[in-house]
Amino acid sequence: MATDIAAVNTTRGLRKVGRYSLLVFVAIVVLFPIYAVLLQALKSGPDSLDHPRSLLPVDLTFSTISEAWTQGDLGRLLMNSLFVSVMVTLGVIVTSLLAAYAFAFLEFPFKGPIFVFYIATMLVPGEVTVVFNQRTADSLGWINSYQGLIVPSLASTFGVFLVRQVFLQLPHELREAASLDGVGHLRFLWEVAAPLSRPTLGALGLFTFLGTWNAYLWPSQVIRGDRAHETIQIGLDRLKSNDISRLNLVTGGLVVAALPIFILLVVFQRQLVRGLTAGAVKG
Amino acid sequence: MKRRLRDAPAAVLMLGASLTLLGVWTIYPLIRAIQTGHLSCDQTGRKCTEKGWGQYLDVFQSKQFQDALMVSVKLAVMTVPIGLLLGIGLAVLADKHLRGIGFFRTVFSSTVATSVAVASLVWFVLLQPEIGVLSDLFSDWIPALKNPGLLRDPDTALPAVALSSIWASLGFTFIVITAGLQSVPKELYESAYVDGAGSFRRFTNVTLPMLSPSILFISVVLTTRALQTYGEVALLTGGGPEPEKSTTTIPYLIYGRNSIISGNIGLKSAAAVLLFLISLVFALVQFRGFEKRVHYGN
Repeated sequence: MATDIAAVNTTRGLRKVGRYSLLVFVAIVVLFPIYAVLLQALKSGPDSLDHPRSLLPVDLTFSTISEAWTQGDLGRLLMNSLFVSVMVTLGVIVTSLLAAYAFAFLEFPFKGPIFVFYIATMLVPGEVTVVFNQRTADSLGWINSYQGLIVPSLASTFGVFLVRQVFLQLPHELREAASLDGVGHLRFLWEVAAPLSRPTLGALGLFTFLGTWNAYLWPSQVIRGDRAHETIQIGLDRLKSNDISRLNLVTGGLVVAALPIFILLVVFQRQLVRGLTAGAVKG
Repeated sequence: MKRRLRDAPAAVLMLGASLTLLGVWTIYPLIRAIQTGHLSCDQTGRKCTEKGWGQYLDVFQSKQFQDALMVSVKLAVMTVPIGLLLGIGLAVLADKHLRGIGFFRTVFSSTVATSVAVASLVWFVLLQPEIGVLSDLFSDWIPALKNPGLLRDPDTALPAVALSSIWASLGFTFIVITAGLQSVPKELYESAYVDGAGSFRRFTNVTLPMLSPSILFISVVLTTRALQTYGEVALLTGGGPEPEKSTTTIPYLIYGRNSIISGNIGLKSAAAVLLFLISLVFALVQFRGFEKRVHYGN
C-alpha cells in the first residue's frame, strides 16, 4: 500500500508543478506588452529599437521618459486629468448621496415614476448623447474648457443605485430616532448615513475616478485641439510621430499615463473588486 | 399622505442636481438625436430639410452603415467568446490555495489599469511593422507582421484591434469571474465529490451553473463594449486600412475624424440612435437566451 501513497504524492506533486508552469507561462504572456513597453521607455532612443536586446533590463535610463515629458507637455496633461477626475469624483459622490437619500428615506409624489426615469437613463450609452452634448457644450461656450469635461459627468445613475441599495439596508429605526431628536435630513445624511456607507462610497469614488481618468470619446469631442485643456488620454496621441526613430517617445508617455493608475489600483485593490463585482454576483 | 407632502421640498432639493444633469446631458441629447435623425442638414447644422422617418431605414440600409455594422459585429464575435474563455480559464487556474497565488492574481488583473488609449497605444508600438518588438520577434512565423504590418493589412487589422481589446478587458473579466468563483459555497463541491463527481463533472455541474450570473454580466458588458468601440480604432487604424475601411465601426463612422457623415448632424443622429437600438437588442437577446439557464442562488 505504501507505494500507492507514494504514487498519489508524485501525481499531486506533478500536478502542482504543471499548474505553476501554466501560471508562470500565462503571467508572462499577459505581462509581456507592459514589460516590453516599460523597458523601451527606460532605454535611450537607439537602444529601444534594438530588438530583442531591448527586452533585457540593461543600460536603463530616464532620458526617453524625460524627453517625452517635455515634448508632450505631460505634466500639464496629468494635472488636467487629475483635476477633472477629482472634480467629477467629488461631484458624483455628492449627487449620488443626495439622490439616494431621497429615494431611500423620503416619501414624495411621483417617487415611482422618477425612479423609473433614473433606471431609463442608465440604458442610454454615451455614444448616442455625444452628438448633441457637443452642441450643448458649444452653445454654452464650453468647448475647450474644464466645465465641458466635468459638468456632463457629474451625475451617475449607477452611483445613485449603489448608494440607495446601502441606505435601504440601514435600520429604519436610525432615521426615526434621529427625527425624534430633531436631526434634519442633511445632518442625518452627513453624520450617520454617509459614514455608514463608506466602503460603498470608496468603491464608487474609485470607479468614477478611473472612468473619468480613462475616458476617451467625450474628451476627444469636447476638446478640439486646445492643448491647455487636453486630458492625458487624448494628449498622448500627439507623441505618435511619423518619424519611426522617435516612436519610442510614445512608450515614455504611456508609462507616465499608466503609472498613477497602477499605483492607485494596487493601493485600492479591495475597493476595485467590490465595485466591479457589485453588478455581477447575484441578481 | 401628510408625510409625502412634508418631505416634498427636501426631495426636490436633493434630487434637483442629478435630475437636472441627467435631463440636460442624457435625456435631452437622446430626444434631440431621435428627432434630428429624420433631418438632413448642411455643414453648419442650422439649415435642415425634412427627410421623414424613412431616413432611419435609409441609413440602416446604406452600404456604409451595413459595413460598419458588420465590423462591429465581427469585433463582438472575436472578442466576447475568447475574452470569456480566457477570463474563466485564468480564474479557474488561479482559484487554488497555492503559495504565491496572490502575485498571479495581481498579474492577471493588471490590465484593468489600462485605459482604451493606453492599451491601444501599447499595441500600436508593439505591432509597428518597422520597429515593433512583436514584428521583429515573430515575423519569421507571421510574415504579415513585417509586411505590411497587421494594422495595415485589411484582413488582419480587425483581428489586431480585437487582440488589443481582449488583452485590455482580461483584467476586468478575471476579477469578476474570480469573485464569482469565490462565492460558490464549498459544501456544493464537497457533496458533488461525495456523490463521486470527478473534477470535470464538478466544473460543469457545480462551477459553471454557479458562475452563470457573472458570465451573463461579462458577456453583456463585453458585447456592448465591442459594439461601441471607438478609441481603439481612432488610435490603432484610423478606421482603415483604406479603401476597405475594414476597421470602421459604427461609433467611428459617426465620430471619426474623416467620417463621411461628420458634417451631417441628421445622419450622425440617425446612426447614433440605430447604434443604441442595436446594442439594446443584443443585450436583450443575451438576457432572454440566458435567463432560463442563469442560476442566481438562494
